[in-house]
Amino acid sequence: MSHQSALIAEDIEAYLKAHEHKSLLRFLTCGSVDDGKSTLIGRLLYDSKMIFEDQMAALEADSKKVGTQGGEIDFALLVDGLAAEREQGITIDVAYRFFSTDTRKFIVADTPGHEQYTRNMVTGASTADAAIILIDARKGVLTQTRRHSYLVSLLGIRHVVLAINKMDLVGWSQEVFDSILAEYHDFAAQIGIKGFTAIPMSALKGDNITESSDKAPWYKGPPLLPHLESLDVEDDLREKPFRMPVQWVNRPDLDFRGFSGLIATGTITPGDRVKVLPSGRESTVARIVTMTGDLPRAVAGQSVTITLTDEIDISRGDVLSIAGQPPEVADQFEATIVWMDDEGMLPGRPYLMKIGTRIVGASITEPKYKVNVNTLEQLAAKRLELNEIGVCNLSLDAPIAFDAYKDNHTLGGFILVDRISNRTVGAGMLHFALRRSQNIHWQALDVSKASRAAQKGQKGRVVWLTGLSGAGKSTIANLVEKRMQADGRHTYLLDGDNVRHGLNKDLGFTEEDRVENIRRVAEVSKLMVDAGLIVLVSFISPFRAERRMARELMEDGEFVEVYVATPLAVAEQRDVKGLYAKARAGELKNFTGIDSPYEEPEHAEITVDTTTLSPEQAAEEIVAWLAKN
Amino acid sequence: MDARQAEAAKSRLTPGLDADTLTHLQRLEAESIHIMREVVAEAEKPVMLYSVGKDSAVMLHLAAKAFYPSKPPFPLLHVDTTWKFRAMYEMRARMAETLGFELLVHRNPDALERGINPFEHGSALHTDMWKTEGLKQALDKYGFDAAFGGARRDEEKSRAKERVFSFRSAQHRWDPKNQRPELWNLYNARKAQGESMRVFPISNWTELDIWQYIHLENIPIVPLYYSAERPVVERDGALIMVDDDRMPLRPGETPMMKSVRFRTLGCYPLTGAVESTAATLPEIIQEMLLTTTSERQGRVIDHDQAASMEKKKQEGYF
Repeated sequence: MSHQSALIAEDIEAYLKAHEHKSLLRFLTCGSVDDGKSTLIGRLLYDSKMIFEDQMAALEADSKKVGTQGGEIDFALLVDGLAAEREQGITIDVAYRFFSTDTRKFIVADTPGHEQYTRNMVTGASTADAAIILIDARKGVLTQTRRHSYLVSLLGIRHVVLAINKMDLVGWSQEVFDSILAEYHDFAAQIGIKGFTAIPMSALKGDNITESSDKAPWYKGPPLLPHLESLDVEDDLREKPFRMPVQWVNRPDLDFRGFSGLIATGTITPGDRVKVLPSGRESTVARIVTMTGDLPRAVAGQSVTITLTDEIDISRGDVLSIAGQPPEVADQFEATIVWMDDEGMLPGRPYLMKIGTRIVGASITEPKYKVNVNTLEQLAAKRLELNEIGVCNLSLDAPIAFDAYKDNHTLGGFILVDRISNRTVGAGMLHFALRRSQNIHWQALDVSKASRAAQKGQKGRVVWLTGLSGAGKSTIANLVEKRMQADGRHTYLLDGDNVRHGLNKDLGFTEEDRVENIRRVAEVSKLMVDAGLIVLVSFISPFRAERRMARELMEDGEFVEVYVATPLAVAEQRDVKGLYAKARAGELKNFTGIDSPYEEPEHAEITVDTTTLSPEQAAEEIVAWLAKN
Repeated sequence: MDARQAEAAKSRLTPGLDADTLTHLQRLEAESIHIMREVVAEAEKPVMLYSVGKDSAVMLHLAAKAFYPSKPPFPLLHVDTTWKFRAMYEMRARMAETLGFELLVHRNPDALERGINPFEHGSALHTDMWKTEGLKQALDKYGFDAAFGGARRDEEKSRAKERVFSFRSAQHRWDPKNQRPELWNLYNARKAQGESMRVFPISNWTELDIWQYIHLENIPIVPLYYSAERPVVERDGALIMVDDDRMPLRPGETPMMKSVRFRTLGCYPLTGAVESTAATLPEIIQEMLLTTTSERQGRVIDHDQAASMEKKKQEGYF
């Protein structure tokens, strides 16, 4: 790789000194399949001399074999990575490329322009300081251009470059350039892109990439690379109030207790007064510790270890902030959510949220609306599918420190993780806290759950029977309740069919309604357990995630999961209510076991096999288990 | 702290740019440290793979910084092939001792028993048995659920799409179509029992960044990176160093003394030397900047087949 600075050959020490002081810019390229995006990146690597002879030889060979430039060098091949993608001729993931000039190192996130991959673009955009939006001069502002620009604006990328490419194919016409510029200008203003720089270029021919091209004398602005070199990077981060999510408590011995983290925004100096959120405790910075000596001051972007003058309780997930301008604390928010998983977002399902270094349980309401990323229309929606974007309310298990995403990406950006598959299923940006979350507090009551249960001489709990329709849940639950009543216990039976006639009569059988159905039943059970009752719940409750949510609502030992195990064939043969026949005939949609899945419990406290036990025997087993545990 | 380190510490906040702008190396360093701390906070039993090369040297140095004044809270693991350069074994012992790491060495017992070597069994089987299989054995044996590796995205095309936190099945397989999206610096380290993560804290460093950082921070590296007179034979277009008497010479091959150095280090029979007189770090960097071939060219394994690295990775190679 030859940065052909003469300095390298003549005075390497001086060259190294100069290059120690390069800054770093991350940018994203977005364009459609044929806009020449890969060609542009290949060209930047080539022009900044980041391609070696052996890579060049391989490129020439590949260009002849699979290139799309008629045997000419196909720069796109330099950046199309995985074997399968090369065959398809499209990039399908986010790839990162590196090059540097004399003043700056660049990290390029290369994301595909293909319809389906909003997810990849959002991923690439999340770390970018700048975005290059490619436009084919022959085609002008397309649907894809609008979509990419919307996502760039949504993720809050500060610098936008409109690369009007393939100008050679429109004869370097200023008229074409100006009309595209005018159209984009109006659109950008609409979606909140405050400013952008438009550059006419030909990535294939190398015009207006590193040097001003004589083909467009009417263009007075900078070529692409010098423009990228001149953009300011993290200046604005340092001007914001100090925030540092605590990653790790550094405690080598009893005399040292430091809080390690990456400073998100602001600056910090020993002697500064800081506040810990969400606890609200305050202290003063004693030292900023690094291996090469204490720092007099640290700034956004540095990984440091901070010690305080007071012994206060701080752990991973807390946020250190400057005392005078702390972030807000809340547990309910409005947010924009981008869904990234094949399995759609279900309102009410409990997910895990990672924000900063904090992981907290979160459930999401039905979207207020989803956004058609092509037309920017707001549409009504019951849920979000892969690559959909919507605005929802979020409710967390515990309060967190936060800033609006527009003010602070670290304290306002989050990912959502599925609790069972552990996949990253979504990402989001917090808008604001819902007022009621700051005003509703649990009433501390003198009469407690324990006193109510003691009065009844029992331990309140939930016996949750799950299984296919026709497995015998209700029959068994009825028998259990009779036995317990006879023993003097205070019980209540919540049965699927009965609850659906009253409390849940507004719910159907779609996946999201099933989730809400279970959520309500779980909440009702929780109140009854609080009242000291033994609650028998007899619900199909087909999804693990919701049964787990119910379990997590209760205290340890309060939730007893009973799997009423019956093979589908047996349940279908019994068909007490004639429902299977209807489902098979297509008259009943979303029927569990037929066209809606049943997820068997993995860790049920009790499993009763109804092919070998009679309902009376099954009830007996459950009662015996409860007596012992 | 020597003079260079003192100067580095002093210039930390006042580089030549406007007052507070961090340099690219400072930002890379901060990012790598952040990644390491996330792993230590979220994994149950992390380990750092140590290959004794320059990238490993940087990774160790970053780990020391990330947890200072604590010692890094994980051991080092060297998946040994018994065919590394002698100078690498000397370095390995020295580094573990100086930095106070616990050092674990794993040699695949099957490969040891069958005497697998690159001369009789070829580079593909040699790499598969010692490195790919050996690594899986070691991770299973100790029950590590997160392993730091020194891979960089600029090394090779299929690595450009690798995540920083790379999820592996219980069989250690990598599925390029099923990677978790990584947004901002929020890494999802959650996994089921038996599954594991490979984590690449220096993903975003380039070869030049690594050398500049070694220079700036005065990090010790294996002397093989510096030029010296060494005994080599020319074989299949590469200069192979005769590092010990296990290397069978082909008819007509006589070791000759040449001034050579290595751009990457691995098993000595599989690692080509380059003729060079670069004997200091600035000279090495100078040579690299003026050179015309990429770093992996000296590695024989990449040439075995098209997209070979991608295939190896799916099977569990780093």
